[in-house]
Amino acid sequence: MTTTPLTPTPGQTVGPFFHYGLPYDGDRDLVLPGSAGSIRLSGTVYDGAGAPIPDALVEIWQAAPDGTVPQEHGSLRRDGWTFTGFGRASTGRDGSYSFSTLEPGATEEGRPAFFAVTVFARGLLNRLFTRAYLPGPAIESDPFLSLLSDAERATLLATPTEHGFEFDVHLQGDSETVFLHHG
Amino acid sequence: MTLDSQATVSAEIAAIAADAEAAGFETVPQPQLAYPPYRSSVLRSPTRDPKHADPETIELWAPAFGHRDVDPLEADLTIGHAGEPIGERITITGRVTDGEGRPVRHQLVEIWQANAGGRYVHKRDQHPAPLDPNFTGAGRCLTDGDGNYRFQTIKPGPYPWRNHHNAWRPAHVHFSLFGHAFTQRLVTQMYFPGDPLFALDPIYQSITDPKAREALVATYDHDVTTHEWATGYRWDIVLTGASRTWIESVDAAGEDH
Repeated sequence: MTTTPLTPTPGQTVGPFFHYGLPYDGDRDLVLPGSAGSIRLSGTVYDGAGAPIPDALVEIWQAAPDGTVPQEHGSLRRDGWTFTGFGRASTGRDGSYSFSTLEPGATEEGRPAFFAVTVFARGLLNRLFTRAYLPGPAIESDPFLSLLSDAERATLLATPTEHGFEFDVHLQGDSETVFLHHG
Repeated sequence: MTLDSQATVSAEIAAIAADAEAAGFETVPQPQLAYPPYRSSVLRSPTRDPKHADPETIELWAPAFGHRDVDPLEADLTIGHAGEPIGERITITGRVTDGEGRPVRHQLVEIWQANAGGRYVHKRDQHPAPLDPNFTGAGRCLTDGDGNYRFQTIKPGPYPWRNHHNAWRPAHVHFSLFGHAFTQRLVTQMYFPGDPLFALDPIYQSITDPKAREALVATYDHDVTTHEWATGYRWDIVLTGASRTWIESVDAAGEDH
């Protein structure tokens, strides 16, 4: 028996006033900054004029370092010991966001590891999905990444930094980030 | 900077609506991301189509939230202050399902909204309507074992914004939802039936298919209304997107009660 799929509820912009509704204490610290194994994932969200966006919200969802999918509760009330794999960071006045987390493992054999990323902003009418891939040999052979041009692929690669990785998001422009649909 | 008039914006809305109707609307009804009547969308919408990527395992799961995360009192936005908030007390309830109608169980729902005067508790909201010392306007809950959520709040007022001259948003409540899978993540807005501002609002009209945008409008439901206490609205939510194979026992096993 087949059923007719229900029509999805459409999205709407997160608007300018989400700051007292969505951020919460510890939202961007999946692990305590500076704790053993902690890394920083940070970047800036830019608009089509190259200006940083101070009212964007970035979320990450990721595997644990061993590639397992966290299903522990506690993302909203962090206890400092439980890795839940989910984080949320509003951008600052300079458009930057920053997470303290662990390096994700790949969830598929032989595929490169990545952070699943969603982006929200005033002026952005629906959420966007993308991925921040960690550098490594599996990047070269990945079937999805190999369908992209070099320039497109570069927008999905997190750049190593002193404490972790940098991943900028460009909603438009020459370096427009590749956004994804999974339908 | 001179702001455009409502007539100018309404004419743009009408032109895009006519084009969309002529094209038979989108197959998956979502807002048009580059929607010039909503001025802020112009520089904040991707210009290229999203790339199809088969979801990988991590994307086929969603973060798990439980009673450690959410206090049941957070579903009542009318409490937690010294007194009662001003406004029309309402209950908003509904069911969250996936595209096959299966309940999204024990999952996080977050809301935020303006007060009865149309003012947000936000430093960037300069609308000279009064703040209500007894209302913050943010709440959370977990869906129950059948995907139902329920909030107690007050009806938000419409409020002015600077998209164009004399621009007013219809009254709405912001909703943030997680599904069975991260591919189903949704942030949207719920509206109230019969709002006279619908036709004028570029954010609501950015969903060009009238049937699709009407899915954002709650229904007045007298069975939700409670005697001498609050009027009731029902609003169901459908989260679609690739998901892992449905395993009833696994999905029903979340911490509860």
